[in-house]
This record gives sequence, C-alpha cells and structure tokens, in this order.
Amino acid sequence: MTDSATIAETEDAAGTITVLYFAWLRERTGTGEETMNLPRGVRTVGALIDWLIARGPGHAAAFASRQTVRCAVNQDFAGPEAPVGPGDEVAFFPPVTGG
Amino acid sequence: MSKPPTIRVQTEDFDIGAEFAALGRGRTDIGGLGCFVGTVRDTAKGRLIVSMTLEHYPAMTETAMARIAADAMQRWPLLGCTLIHRVGELLPGDNIVLVLAASAHRQAALDAAGFLIDWLKTRAPFWKKERFIDGEEAWVQANAADDEAAAKWATGR
Repeated sequence: MTDSATIAETEDAAGTITVLYFAWLRERTGTGEETMNLPRGVRTVGALIDWLIARGPGHAAAFASRQTVRCAVNQDFAGPEAPVGPGDEVAFFPPVTGG
Repeated sequence: MSKPPTIRVQTEDFDIGAEFAALGRGRTDIGGLGCFVGTVRDTAKGRLIVSMTLEHYPAMTETAMARIAADAMQRWPLLGCTLIHRVGELLPGDNIVLVLAASAHRQAALDAAGFLIDWLKTRAPFWKKERFIDGEEAWVQANAADDEAAAKWATGR
C-alpha cells in the first residue's frame, strides 16, 4: 500500500499544480485549495478554467460569470492567455475589495 | 535618504500615533506626512452592518503591497512609507487600513498617500464580506469608482 502510494505521488509530483480559490469562488467550489495533475492539453489559464468548469456544478457556478473572475499564477496577476505549467500555483478570486 | 517601506498584514489593531512616530524616528529631513486611515462603516447600501470579515491571499499579499510601495517610492521623492492592512473579523468603527507617506514637501506626501490607497484597493488581494443586522452576508463588490480612482495614476505605466 505504501509502495503504490509513494509511486503515485512521485509520478504526480512532476506534473501537479495547486489551485487556490478565494472569497465567493472558495464558497462555490467548496474548497480553498486543491492539488491536481496538470490536465492533459491544458497550457493556459483559460484552458484550465474550461477544464475546471467540467469538474462539477460547484466549479461551474464559481466560473459562471467568467469575465468577473481574476487570476494569479505564482502570486502574480495573470490573464486567460497566461501559461500554466507543472508546479505552478494558480489562484482564482473575485476583483479585489480591500483598502 | 529614504528608508525601506514598512508593510504589515495583521489581525490586531494598529496605533496611528506609534506608526507616525516610527516613520519619523531619528530624522529631521521629513517636511510632511500624508495619511489615510480606512475604517469599517456601519452601513452599506442603506443597510446596517454588524461586522466585516477581510480575507486575503497570504502568499501574495505582502509581495503585492511591497510592489505598490516601491511604485510610490519611484514616482515621488518619498523618505519613507507605511502600509498596514488588517484581516479577519472587524466591527463598525474598527480600523482597516493605514497608509502613511513621508516626504520633504506636502504635495508629494499627500499625492503618494492617495496613490497608495487607490492602488491598494485595486491591486492587493483582499476581499471584504459584510454581515448585515438581519444575519445575511454578502461579499463586497468591486466598484467602478475605485477603478477610475486607480486609473488616474496609471499614466506612464
């Protein structure tokens, strides 16, 4: 059991991304953070959103008003064309309202 | 010589007088300090608020604030600046954010303080959720006026 888990983790480690959700995106997806294998064919933020929407109704609801959702890749604001690769931290959130 | 910006994200309150003193301590070249303090208002769209919760993106927040401060230091001849933002649950009347900008002359200090709060509101990853007196909760929506206020500083960027 430990062997197979270790192998699986090792294989995943090369191609995983961490996806974070804040504010109402966190509430709608039901999670603040998920780690996943970088889906096949996904190379941009926009493609990742397409893939996440298909994950379930919560995710679909979170990205329903897609143009409202903001993104950061590795803690830097990023648009839909921004590249996403293994090891990246991709965060989705509403327009900021601090201050 | 300017000193590095003071940047903090914290749950506890801040002491405005102490932050003024810290910024000016040991120096006599400052001629003016511009200041903005944001506080929790008790109403939103005509409804009473009982509390406000501020969420942020910890891994990104201080970097984003440091970038905003560095931008201000580049645009104005600042001798120092302070950005402190609170997170967690706050009550009406509580402090939310403190911005201080120190310069030899008032115009730079005042303009930089205005810039710092306008950019903090539109470029730092914080989100506010308000709880109303009837128990309902709602995320504060970004408003166009904040974007317009920030846009007026965007020239040359």
